[in-house]
Amino acid sequence: MRGIPTLEVEKRLTSPRWLQFLAPFISLILALMAIGVIFQALGVDPLFAYGKIFQGAFGSMYGLSETVVKSIPLMLSGVGLSLAFRARFWNIGAEGQLLVGATCATGLALAYPDWPKFVLIPMMFIVGFLGGALWGLIPALLKARWRVNEVITSLMMVYIASNLVNHLVYGPWKGPEEMGFPYTSKFSASAQLPRLAWTRIHYPTLVLALLLAVVIYLLIARTKWGYEIRVTGENPAAARYAGMSYLKTVVLVMILSGGLAGLAGVGEVAGIHLRLRYPGGISPGYGFTAIIVAWLARLNPLGAVLTSFLLGGLLVGGDAIQISLGLPSATIFAFNGTILLFVLGGDLFTRYRIRVKRRTTN
Amino acid sequence: MKRFPGVLANDCVDFEARTGEIHALLGENGAGKTTLMNILYGIYQPDAGDILIRGSPVSIQSPREAIELGIGMVHQHFILVPTHTVSENIVLGLKGKFFFPEQAARQKIEEFSDRYNLTVDPEAHIWQLSAGEQQRVEIIKALYRGAQILILDEPTSMLTPGEVEDLFQILHSMADEGNTIVFITHKLNEVMAVSDRVTVLRQGRVEATLDTAKTNKRELARLMVGREVLFRVEKEDVQIGEEVLRIEDLHALNDKGLTAIKGVSLSVARGEIVGIAGVAGNGQRELVEALVGLRPIEAGHIFVSGQEATNRSPRDIIERGVCYVPGERFAGLVPEMSVAENLILKTYRDQCFGSGPFLNTREIAGRADELISRYGIAAPGRDTPLKLLSGGNIQRVILARETSGEPSLLIAAHPTSGLDVGAIEYIWQLLLAERERGAAVLLVSEDLEEVFTLSDRIAVMFEGEFMGIVSASDADLEEIGLMMAGAHRRPEQEVLA
Amino acid sequence: MLQFILSALRAAIPAGTPLLFGTLGEVYTERSGVLNLGVEGLMIMGSVTAFGVAFTTGNVWLAVALAALAGGLLALVHAFVTITLKVNQVVSGLAITMIGLGVSGIMGRQYIGQPLGVRFAPLEIPVLSDLPILGSLLFQFDPLVYISMLLAPALWFVLYRTRWGLSLRSVGENPATADTLGVNIVVVRYLAVFFGGLLAGVGGAYLSVVYAPSWIEGMTAGAGWIVIALTIFAMWDPLRALLGAYLFGGVRVLQYRLQPLGISPNLLAMLPFIFTILVLMASAGEAMKRRIGAPAALMQPYSREDK
Repeated sequence: MRGIPTLEVEKRLTSPRWLQFLAPFISLILALMAIGVIFQALGVDPLFAYGKIFQGAFGSMYGLSETVVKSIPLMLSGVGLSLAFRARFWNIGAEGQLLVGATCATGLALAYPDWPKFVLIPMMFIVGFLGGALWGLIPALLKARWRVNEVITSLMMVYIASNLVNHLVYGPWKGPEEMGFPYTSKFSASAQLPRLAWTRIHYPTLVLALLLAVVIYLLIARTKWGYEIRVTGENPAAARYAGMSYLKTVVLVMILSGGLAGLAGVGEVAGIHLRLRYPGGISPGYGFTAIIVAWLARLNPLGAVLTSFLLGGLLVGGDAIQISLGLPSATIFAFNGTILLFVLGGDLFTRYRIRVKRRTTN
Repeated sequence: MKRFPGVLANDCVDFEARTGEIHALLGENGAGKTTLMNILYGIYQPDAGDILIRGSPVSIQSPREAIELGIGMVHQHFILVPTHTVSENIVLGLKGKFFFPEQAARQKIEEFSDRYNLTVDPEAHIWQLSAGEQQRVEIIKALYRGAQILILDEPTSMLTPGEVEDLFQILHSMADEGNTIVFITHKLNEVMAVSDRVTVLRQGRVEATLDTAKTNKRELARLMVGREVLFRVEKEDVQIGEEVLRIEDLHALNDKGLTAIKGVSLSVARGEIVGIAGVAGNGQRELVEALVGLRPIEAGHIFVSGQEATNRSPRDIIERGVCYVPGERFAGLVPEMSVAENLILKTYRDQCFGSGPFLNTREIAGRADELISRYGIAAPGRDTPLKLLSGGNIQRVILARETSGEPSLLIAAHPTSGLDVGAIEYIWQLLLAERERGAAVLLVSEDLEEVFTLSDRIAVMFEGEFMGIVSASDADLEEIGLMMAGAHRRPEQEVLA
Repeated sequence: MLQFILSALRAAIPAGTPLLFGTLGEVYTERSGVLNLGVEGLMIMGSVTAFGVAFTTGNVWLAVALAALAGGLLALVHAFVTITLKVNQVVSGLAITMIGLGVSGIMGRQYIGQPLGVRFAPLEIPVLSDLPILGSLLFQFDPLVYISMLLAPALWFVLYRTRWGLSLRSVGENPATADTLGVNIVVVRYLAVFFGGLLAGVGGAYLSVVYAPSWIEGMTAGAGWIVIALTIFAMWDPLRALLGAYLFGGVRVLQYRLQPLGISPNLLAMLPFIFTILVLMASAGEAMKRRIGAPAALMQPYSREDK
């Protein structure tokens, strides 16, 4: 008796190398097609829109420079997230860690505007790193000690950080000359990061980001810590068996992940805005977009360098279509979200295979 | 009446249970008891043979169909939702009243409670109940769905002696009312105490079906463990050295917070293999975990090489030269990582693999190659992901890792389970080689042949205690069988070697 | 003083209503074991849909209905991706939020700044609405408020006292057990996620059609994230959600009203999130887990072979 064919998802034993490499690209293309459909349905000409996005991001020197600008915080946060996610620690709070880093650096800049530049800037980075690290440490401790779900805690910490920034810029830190806007005073000259020529690229942060991407890559791939992190992420039971301390691993990972996001925050306030502003003005969701950066790069820090450029470009392109097509800036979120979904789905195909199975009965 | 001739793996099983009787199904692990009952419950399908219920042939494709035929099963590990109440668990999944569904059950629950002495509070939450009470819920659950044939899989494994008594009374009253009870167990006392007839399975075959009244424990034990000629491997005479492991009156709990080990004492010295025999689930897993620092010790002491090792961290234990081959293979492996990376799981902190924070990949690769060739691991290369290897080779990787460091104490739990004859022989040779090298080896295994072949001394574990520790050369198979089934105990003074 | 309290209360209820709708939905979703972080996206899709429909058709009830549908459909995407494709629930939820925010922005661009001609008339309840103080306090709200107030106990009842609720809870606590007993895990989870989306859509609709009423890009302003926190704070119980929603809504409203008293609005706004973390910590202990814990199988995809 023949049975009814059913679709079953079964795990692949190996995924061919070519598939693993190609999958993100295929997903990307499929995502773009899906977005095209949505655009069409909402009365936007998709090809025109894509053209504008590409042109805006890569079609001019200005566009390219802006792409680099946006890729800096994405790179720093993304590298940090790739580390955290390798340990299967779902750090959703990079946005909050970024804001706290920015806040700490701002505090220093406002308190000691007269320090010489070569002292103030490095100190700002250090303080920003520590602030972000602390912010990331809290969910880590809660997880390691009390087994509290890190997704929720890190997410809640974002909103606590956001409110903290609001409190400061509307209140005690509000710049007196800013006419009631939620800004701090502009940073003194020694607290401002130098820029590359006529662009807004604050190159010290960029260099730092590239360096750290390499450092983190080496950490994961070549050190004993990195080994512990990978084992903890792949099989926590084996990690226990081997005598690895979950607490130590997770604390280390989150200090780095939070700290890197903190550095991103420092870059934004000291390199771009030159002051602390209301949260949305500092980061249009870099911490969340960084999740896509890390995931697209398959949690490889070096890959994150590339994907941060890609997503940075998308953000710039999003600004471009806002101007040319009158689309709201939130449009680019739809892009990012769809890409993320398709990448997730595509990832699936490298690990699973769809089979048609017939259930037979005798 | 239920008759069941079926084919299990290679063997034909004829099994018959009558209305109103309590029929025990006796055997060790792997004897085929659970498989047999799973077929009856629709979880597996027989390859050949028929099932007849009350004389008519039936085909059981799923547990649902089994339930419709009046077959109910109470599993060893209860399937209840802890946060729900008793009545909620009982009606879960059934079509019935939409509003207040558990109310409808209440009346029936009381009925069953009275009839069979299954006292339980319908409003209590499962997590508040003792194991015995939870089991009663499972029984009522089956009865509520109309079961007249009740299968219980190792029902006393989680019960206190008092609760066991209560259970037997319940079973008797159910049988008196015309229900059929099939009782899977490896414990002889229980078979003798409660069953009307007993079927002994060994290695998938029915050894005998007997009236309980007409048999005795010795006979059953003999049938259960068999009398095949045990093939002995060439074992050298090795000088026994100083004591490496000393366990004194150990107590530990299992995952559910119940006592799993009650007062275990043992000593293992260099150059000897001590085998722990026993049916799985009698505390062996918990004992091994306690030894390697993966389970807290409630009372008692462990000494490794003379030093206190009670409740130390796994890292600490590893550093004392204790190596552990876990029973669940993947508890000690990372399948996604390469062979080489798995090989350094315990040793990555060593200086030779990299000074400071860095890993010396060349050193690691070299070591991996060396181990691969020395231990004959069949793998395309050292960078192959571990999950691609066959079971036997995966085991070789673990053994390579654990034995290459020349441990002073090697603990191997079920090292050959699921492997083919060739792999088994290789692993046996390895363990014997360790013994000759002067390591102390603690072997935990359900395979009696393995235990007999390799061990110098055998400890039999039953319900968290050692029923006896005997030297392998004068071990009597029947006695071991009785100890495994809880029916015999050696006097105290012979316990510590 | 009394006046202040009463007026604060009176403001807290409408402020809490969108939160309540969203939370009731997310409670059901999480009770089935699925975490849906996309609530913000679902709500804002509801907002823009409701505004658009109300604007063009003038029919507010139709607007709410279609908003619910919008939320439900987007939620189904999450359901498909996490239940059938077994993709990571956290990341999928975030993607849904982003998509919701983005698509709503595009859809709503024509409505920015447009006034809404139609309203929900406040419901006049005979006798009760005319009571001196209580009248204006409790009995002059729009119909959606009352619907949400009735929905909470109704959903509580369904969850704890009906067969459906029993199945739902089992799927979230112990899917393996429920599966063995014949409960269809996949169907239950899909329905729960869809239902959550419907209610989130209604919550968003409330914001754009009643509370504001207008369309502003990103107008949910984090309400979806508060819903996530509120679900935990309410310990997955619909009645506690009722209280919690008004509490959190009250805080949101009070933020600015307490400013003259020297209490910083932002520090006040942090409190709900801090409380949520504390609740999580408290419920992490084994004993507490039994009583007030999260559905045990939350965030774990279910697959029969994994047994």
